[in-house]
Amino acid sequence: MWYVKNALTRKNLMALTGLFLSFFLIIHLLGNLQLLLPVEEARLQYNWYSHLLAGNIVIKVISIVLYACILLHTIDAIYMSLKSKKANGPGYAKDNRGRASKWYARNMMFLGSIIFLFLVIHFKDFWYHYKFGEMPLDENGNKDLYTLVIAAFDQLWYVILYVLAIIALGYHLLHGVFSAHRTLGLYHPLYSKIVKFLGMAYAGIMTVGYIIIPVFIYLNR
Amino acid sequence: MKIHLKIWRQKDSQSKGGFKEYTLDDVHQEMSFLEMLDTLNIKLVKKGEHPVEFDHDCREGICGQCGVMINGIAHGPLKNTTTCQLHMRSFKDGDTIYVEPFKAAAFPVVRDLKINRSSLDHIITSGGYVSVDTGQAPEANTIPITNEIAEAAFDSAACIGCGACVASCKNSSAALFTSAKITQLELLPQGKKETRKRVVAMVNQMEEEGFGHCTNTEACQVECPEDISVLNIARMNYEYNKSKILN
Ligand code: HEM
Ligand code: SF4
Ligand code: FES
Repeated sequence: MWYVKNALTRKNLMALTGLFLSFFLIIHLLGNLQLLLPVEEARLQYNWYSHLLAGNIVIKVISIVLYACILLHTIDAIYMSLKSKKANGPGYAKDNRGRASKWYARNMMFLGSIIFLFLVIHFKDFWYHYKFGEMPLDENGNKDLYTLVIAAFDQLWYVILYVLAIIALGYHLLHGVFSAHRTLGLYHPLYSKIVKFLGMAYAGIMTVGYIIIPVFIYLNR
Repeated sequence: MKIHLKIWRQKDSQSKGGFKEYTLDDVHQEMSFLEMLDTLNIKLVKKGEHPVEFDHDCREGICGQCGVMINGIAHGPLKNTTTCQLHMRSFKDGDTIYVEPFKAAAFPVVRDLKINRSSLDHIITSGGYVSVDTGQAPEANTIPITNEIAEAAFDSAACIGCGACVASCKNSSAALFTSAKITQLELLPQGKKETRKRVVAMVNQMEEEGFGHCTNTEACQVECPEDISVLNIARMNYEYNKSKILN
């Protein structure tokens, strides 16, 4: 029990779950870029792809790991935040400590909470609907997720919600990916710099990639 | 020059503190920050009031006793300087300066700006040593050590234990302090032997004392008077993980 209470161990878990989620984001983006294909092609291919994922046992196992990672990461985030609050004691009456670090590094819990709220909406609208809702079928007999997605992104407020959440995710990754490597013990000065750079590039690519999809659909479909 | 001060006054660790205002008319630019506080205290004592209590010892930036929050920044606005090495030329005539003690659950306020930093000492006693028989000093060159390693060990050993890293951290983490102490010993052959035992003991003690975790914001290195590298923290994490996996 003591082992689990230990901050370093908890943060290792956080780093590993965070990195797994970060890796998943790449695959998820690649899959969803199919939404940008020409309309007819996109619909059949995207529905076929979704069906393929839903039926595959390997994907099932991976998705269970994924849900577990989200939960563990979130539980650890709450645990760490409470621990931090306790360690801080009374706090400062005059506080200018912000000059020494980036705002997004200091507000990982805030950014994470936005991501979490977004995930709830995201799961409810697409994942829950696909798994448990009534869905029309396309010509090939696959559930027509494509039409559902397009309809969702036809609403401006929904697109704005997505873009804001993705920006929060982008900043979370900007600090998170680099931080995870430090947590896991990468102390080599040069490699540490390289990882920091790659982490920033990754965060940038994910942010742009995930923003393009709803914006492109809103403007073109 | 004229300086307005808002200084944290607190009777003891139990009571609630607050800012109290003072004004000094005859502050000299060449005074150190602590000398400025000395002149305030002389005034207070003459008036029969209790002087502002603050810690200090060497007043030359090596003992690590003097840290306070100045305008919400550990050791004040200058980077890589202790409070005692900060001079009034860093301020302007008419400035208002807020002075507060370092605050963390592991650093209870003793009185005013004085805090109890024993929690850092407890981390050292838990493993920050080398178990060798004492006796006559051995010949310095019996164990060859390359210059790079000696320098790197010294960079970590430069930590003066002031606690500014804890004060600057959003989680009140003592990771920079603890990791510097671990690395300093780990880099040298005399200390390397006990690394596994030491790192687990010191990390556990850090936890026990009620310090927070590390989010890698790197604020600690920025405000550290000795510019101790945050890579020490990553090294501590590495050694800790290795010890946990291998033991
Ligand atoms: C796709 C979703 C997410 C990804 C890819 C992700 C990724 C990461 C990564 C890689 C880290 C660095 C771990 C470390 O410093 O060792 C991290 C830290 C963090 N995450 Fe997430 N995260 C996600 C969702 C969330 C959610 C939903 C929350 C909270 C509700 C959250 C809260 C946090 C917090 C508070 C930290 C900083 C921990 C600290 O103080 O050191 N994250 N995240
Ligand atoms: S690491 Fe730097 S800030 Fe922390 S105690 Fe040592 S000298 Fe002070
Ligand atoms: S009084 Fe010794 S470091 Fe400042």
